[in-house]
Amino acid sequence: MSSLRAITLATLTKDIRLEWRSRDAINSMLFFSLLVVVVFSFSFDPNAEESREIAGGLIWVAFLFAAVVALNQTWARELRNQVLDAYRVSPSPANGLFLAKALGNFILVSLLEAVMAPLFIIFYNLRALGPAWQLIPVALLGTWALVVNGTFFAAMSLRTRSREIMLPLLLFPISIPAVQSMVEATRILLAGDGSARFWIVLLLTYDVVFTTACLALFETVLQAE
Amino acid sequence: MKRAFPILAVFTALLLGYAFYEAMWVAPMERTMGDVQRIFYYHVPSAWTAFLLFFVNLVASVIYLIRRNEKADALAVVSAEVGVVFCTVVLVTGPIWARPVWGIWWTWDIRLTTTLVLWLIYVSYLVLRRFSDSSQTPKLAAVLAIFGALDVPLVYFSIWFFRTQHPQPVIGGGGSIDPRMLHVLLLNWLAFSCFALLICWARYRLERLQREADELESLESLRGVVQ
Repeated sequence: MSSLRAITLATLTKDIRLEWRSRDAINSMLFFSLLVVVVFSFSFDPNAEESREIAGGLIWVAFLFAAVVALNQTWARELRNQVLDAYRVSPSPANGLFLAKALGNFILVSLLEAVMAPLFIIFYNLRALGPAWQLIPVALLGTWALVVNGTFFAAMSLRTRSREIMLPLLLFPISIPAVQSMVEATRILLAGDGSARFWIVLLLTYDVVFTTACLALFETVLQAE
Repeated sequence: MKRAFPILAVFTALLLGYAFYEAMWVAPMERTMGDVQRIFYYHVPSAWTAFLLFFVNLVASVIYLIRRNEKADALAVVSAEVGVVFCTVVLVTGPIWARPVWGIWWTWDIRLTTTLVLWLIYVSYLVLRRFSDSSQTPKLAAVLAIFGALDVPLVYFSIWFFRTQHPQPVIGGGGSIDPRMLHVLLLNWLAFSCFALLICWARYRLERLQREADELESLESLRGVVQ
């Protein structure tokens, strides 16, 4: 157990330090989601009432696309210089590596959301009519739902031709219930009609189910070569 | 075993012909929908067959992950491919029926959406198999099949929260159906199941032969290197 934590922490700090020095992923994600926001804003041009209805969908689709940009980079660093092969032959638990990568992506995407959310509020003149604090658990659970499966499928698509396109093809179908929950919960909270509890519980279930599945099956995927 | 194949083929052809006759001429006409309702004898059996095949795929994938059995993997490929074909039939016949009866082609109803998502998951499964050419493809594909199976109940619940428009399931849904219609439906299902079994069988033999040929080819080229 302690070695799992040590591996996770070591890999996570290494990844964060690398990202902090280069800022490759976060910069491209930020610019990408900014572009999505602007393009959506041009194409829909909604009034305040409409934006409450559609903003949930726009925000999450923008974050989903931006997350794919980061997720595709997850393992690329480890492929260079055969780092992944070294991981395979080392006796360290594979799940430590997976958790570190998933947490790294989680931090990255959360950061992106924290920066982009105010921009969305400004561009779409949003003012929540429901209990806005509930958007925080929705965002945290939703982001974890995207990155845990995303990290896993990114590892899976390492073995395929044209892997950059493979990740969304695998990730999007499986993420449909999670995306729907995030979008619906956000819409309900912004428009203030009813309770978002069902969707938050569904997101939580999704997170628990797929985190378990990822941890149970990651070893198999890592060893597949 | 090989002799059974042509027998099954002839039996399936006869059964499909008979079931077609029953569905088109013998089954009573539905009072409000008219002849359009007859698509139901193709829509529902295809759906049942597709779900059955996806279930076979899941079982075969789990067996492959545990036992690393080559035959289980071949069965998984075959059931996914044929399942996608039958699922496509369901998704195409549905709107053809829905347009005259509901007045719309498509609605985000629970059964429609779940079927569509299932179809998407299995298409991505086939894409993964196509794009990944290492010897580890079966492992990755089996993992994806398990993820897909975990996803389906969540999709179902997420859409269950909305109002549902699809007619109640024929069996176990509390809907009533004329016994003559049920008879034709079950007959068609039998015919479709035989048809699916026939295609799966042929495809399975093809898959096994293909793998044997690949193996021989790589052995042959290795021998060339040695000499």
